[in-house]
Amino acid sequence: MKRAITLSEKDNVAVALEEILEGEDVEVTIGGEKIILKALNNIPFGHKISLRRIRRGEKIIKYGEPIGEAVTDIEQGEHVHVHNIKSIFV
Amino acid sequence: MEFMGFLRENGEVGVRNYVAVIPTVGCVNEAVEAIAGRVPGLKPLLHHQGCCMIPSDIEVVERTLIGLGSNPNVAAAIIIGLGCESVSIDRVADGIAREGKPVEALILQEAGGFSKVVAKGVEAARRCLEYAERFRRQAFDLSHLMIGIKCGSSDATSGIVSNPAVGLVADKIIDAGGTVIFGEVTEIIGAEHILVKRAESQAVANQIIKAVDDLENRIRSLGIDVRGSNPTPGNIRGGLSTLEEKSLGAVVKIGRRPINGVLDYGERPRGKGLYMMISPGREMEFLTGPVAGGAQLLIFTTGKGAPQGYPIAPVIKVCGNPDTVKRLSEHIDVDVSGVISGNETLEEAAEKIFEKLIKVASGEKTRAEILGYDKTMNIYVRGMIL
Repeated sequence: MKRAITLSEKDNVAVALEEILEGEDVEVTIGGEKIILKALNNIPFGHKISLRRIRRGEKIIKYGEPIGEAVTDIEQGEHVHVHNIKSIFV
Repeated sequence: MEFMGFLRENGEVGVRNYVAVIPTVGCVNEAVEAIAGRVPGLKPLLHHQGCCMIPSDIEVVERTLIGLGSNPNVAAAIIIGLGCESVSIDRVADGIAREGKPVEALILQEAGGFSKVVAKGVEAARRCLEYAERFRRQAFDLSHLMIGIKCGSSDATSGIVSNPAVGLVADKIIDAGGTVIFGEVTEIIGAEHILVKRAESQAVANQIIKAVDDLENRIRSLGIDVRGSNPTPGNIRGGLSTLEEKSLGAVVKIGRRPINGVLDYGERPRGKGLYMMISPGREMEFLTGPVAGGAQLLIFTTGKGAPQGYPIAPVIKVCGNPDTVKRLSEHIDVDVSGVISGNETLEEAAEKIFEKLIKVASGEKTRAEILGYDKTMNIYVRGMIL
C-alpha cells in the first residue's frame, strides 16, 4: 500500500509521499478518515493524485485553497499536474 | 506552558542575554571584530550598509540598528561609528537608550583611530558585560514570545511537511497570546489573494496588496516576469503545477490566523498576533527584519539543508526530508521526516517543534549556535548604492 497526504479536509487532491506506480493502491487520510484509491497513472513523489472525479473548469483544492482549475475532466486516482490543470490568476 | 527568559527593564523578555557590538557603517567592521575578538561573550553585528545610500535606505538602516540593539535578547549595546557616515550614531544610540538599555557609543575618527577606538571599546564591553550579569532566567508565559518564520533551501518536502507543521506551531503561539512575523514578499506573489482574505481589516488588506504590487512593479521594471517564470522547470519536476500552489506551499508556514498588520522592514509590531513584514527572501537580510522588530527566536524550515543561524537570536531548523536529516544532521534541530515515512502525523511533528521552541527559548542551544554558524547578517536595501 502506497501513501499520500492531504493538507486540509477541503482538498480534492493528495500529495504522494512516495513514488506511486500505475495500478497501485494508495492510502490517504482526509478529515480523520482513511480512503483507498487506485492510481490510474504513475505519480512521482511530491506530485498530486485526484481524490475524486473533478469536472473540467472545477477548482483544484490543496491547503484548503484553490491552486488552479481543471482543463479536462479528471478521474479519481489520476495524476493532477500541468497537463490537466492551469493557474487561475496568472 | 511557560519558558525561562530574561526580564528587561522595559518589561520585555529575552531568550538570550547578549551584549551586542553594532557598527553604524560597514567601514568600522574591523574595529567591531577586534573588540569582539578581545572580550569573550560579545555579539558583533557585522553588516555592510550605513553610508552612500539613498535617504530612505539610511532611515531603514537606522531603524534596523535601533531595533537590533533594542531586541530583548540584548542586555546592553556598544555602537561603533566612523565619524563621516550618513547613519547618525546619536540617533541609533538614543533610540536604543530609550528602551532603557545601557548604550555606549564610540567614533573611530574622534577616538584617534582603530587602536584607540578598540581600546575604548574593550573598556565599554567590560562595563556592559558586568551589567548583563545581573539578569537571571525566570518563568514567563508565551505571550512574551515573538517569533520570526522563514523557509529556505526548500524542496518538495517543505510545502507538504515542514511548512504545514510550522503553520500549526504559528497558530499555537498566536493562540497563547504571542506574536509571529513572516515576510519574504517575493514568495507571496501568487498567494496574495489568500492573505488578503485573512487580513484583519480592509486597511491591512490594502497594505498587503500594496506590498506585493510595489515589489512586483520593481521586478517588472527590470524586465523580469515573476508570474510567467514561475513555477520554475525544477518546481514542475517536483510536482508544483501553478504559481499559486508554489506560493501557498510557502505561506502555509504562517498558519491560519488573521493577519493583524503589515510592517515595514525592521519595524516593531504595535500589538500581538500575526504580522507580515516587507522583506526579501534572502536569508541574511530576511532574518534581520523580524529580529529588529523584536523577535527573540526564529523558526526556519528547510528541505535541502540551510545552515545559517543569526548573531543575536536562535534559529530553529526544521526539516522534513529524510535524506537531509541524515546527511546534514548537524544543522537540523527538529526532524519531521517521520511524516514522509509514515511514522508521525503533521500534528505530532508540530508538537515536536513546539517543544523544541520552548527548550530553546529557555536556553537550550540550537545546532547553529553550537556550531557557531551564526555570524552572517545584513540589512535589506531597496535603493542604489551611491
